[in-house]
Amino acid sequence: MNNIDWAEIGQATLDTLTMLGGSMVLTVALGLPLGVILFLTGKGQMLENRVANGLLSLLVNILRSVPFVILLIVMIPLTVALVGTSLGVQGAIPPLVAGAAPFFARLVETALREVDKGVIEASFAMGARRRQVVLGALLPEAMPGIIAAATVTAIALVSYTAMAGVVGAGGLGDLAIRFGYQRFQTDVMVVTVVLLLILVQALQMVGDTVVRRVSHR
Amino acid sequence: MPDAVIAFEAASKTYAPKANAKGGGHAALSEVSLSVQAGEVFGVIGASGAGKSTLIRLINGLEKPTGGRVVVDGDDVAALGVEGLRALRRRVGMIFQHFNLLSSKTVADNVAFPLKLAGRPAVEVKARTAELLARVGLSDQATKYPAQLSGGQKQRVGIARALATGPKILLCDEATSALDPETTEQILDLVSNLNRELGLTIVLITHEMDVVRRVCDRVAVLEAGRVVETGPVEDVFLHPASATTRRFVREADGEPAAEAVLAGRVVRLTFRGEATYKPVLGQVARATGVDYSILGGRIHRLRETPYGQLTLALTGGDVDAAIARFQAEGVRVDPVLAGEGA
Repeated sequence: MNNIDWAEIGQATLDTLTMLGGSMVLTVALGLPLGVILFLTGKGQMLENRVANGLLSLLVNILRSVPFVILLIVMIPLTVALVGTSLGVQGAIPPLVAGAAPFFARLVETALREVDKGVIEASFAMGARRRQVVLGALLPEAMPGIIAAATVTAIALVSYTAMAGVVGAGGLGDLAIRFGYQRFQTDVMVVTVVLLLILVQALQMVGDTVVRRVSHR
Repeated sequence: MPDAVIAFEAASKTYAPKANAKGGGHAALSEVSLSVQAGEVFGVIGASGAGKSTLIRLINGLEKPTGGRVVVDGDDVAALGVEGLRALRRRVGMIFQHFNLLSSKTVADNVAFPLKLAGRPAVEVKARTAELLARVGLSDQATKYPAQLSGGQKQRVGIARALATGPKILLCDEATSALDPETTEQILDLVSNLNRELGLTIVLITHEMDVVRRVCDRVAVLEAGRVVETGPVEDVFLHPASATTRRFVREADGEPAAEAVLAGRVVRLTFRGEATYKPVLGQVARATGVDYSILGGRIHRLRETPYGQLTLALTGGDVDAAIARFQAEGVRVDPVLAGEGA
């Protein structure tokens, strides 16, 4: 294990966590409203709007169909415009969000569809405004599903960050490719993969625990 | 009628045709006219698909009529704006077959929900919630979640929630259809008490005649979107005029004995109130020399009123005199036509 540079692994871990944390916050901030709008403009819902729903759906599908490596590159001009650089951890976050937010939005939409329509109807019957129905009934009822969706998205982001090395963002996945694969340092690869596995496991456990806490079905 | 709190004036509801379906839309309700008086329990009975759900949803504006008007507590529901409709819905509570409680909120928070929606101050919400839970007998379940409750308890939470904003009208959408018979009875008792104690006007829809018999003052029978019969429960139940109503009554009582094979006149006697307990049958038979065979019968209560109904084949003696004596004793006599059923 003498060719393992622990300081480098420490830095890579930190980079991965920074990318994951930063992109996850923004993914939820953008993906949650997007998912809610996708749901509400859907067929038979309270803001049914075929045009808006069709356009948003198309946007989501376009972003979801582009492979993440391509997205990283195609987005470079936009990334520069947004954060001033296309390199490093900072430069990786906009493409990570662009890749993950549509994915998360779809999962949110699905979670909202699972909410019992009777509960929504009952809320209206009690004199709720649309806004109150969404914030007071729809989202709380879908919360276990939304948190499960966030867990799945966070884990997908972990694997996206591995590709962010393309723009020099570093991170554990990048380390595994550069040292483990390209320089045949198998032990570095094993260590990074184990660290990634621990990260994914931890995310899943935290997610499952929170889902259990908020679910009262 | 001055006391009508709910009036359907030739109200119709036609759903837009599906994009891929041929022909016009589906008419859920066709020119329904009804009025519900303040303080009464009004039942609407019909098979599934008869339009009951649509009818009850027109009252609180969850559905809008496509023709005619629905006037509730002085407001034309379809003409109300967003805030007007919200104000109306605070005066009209609703409970549901599947309770429709928020699984993410505790019992107390479910009951408090309509009060919070109405923007009432927290102190008032707390006090009112406690009062409502006490009324439905669930004070000790306040911090539980709906999933931890039995069906009957869930419906009690639904009732407490529906009463939170102090409504004048309570809508019951198949409120006991998902409950076992014993629990159904408890919930119906609670609904009856609310009607008496709070003077609530209650509209309930159901497919069970038994529910109507236990709690309703008046009933409308709905078939394929039309009202086929309406009137006091006693009249509709004891003397159903339409085939649909007869079917519901028969469902509630079980199939009558076979008939028509016997000779003689087949009549149906209806005893109501005190007459139910008089030994009229034997007296009349002795006095007129008529023999009788009992083909079917039932003795029950309509709310508080006892009644009995017997289908008899009368043979020998003076049948006409016997019928006259029955009538003199306050018993209603109707001829039974072959195939009509008891």
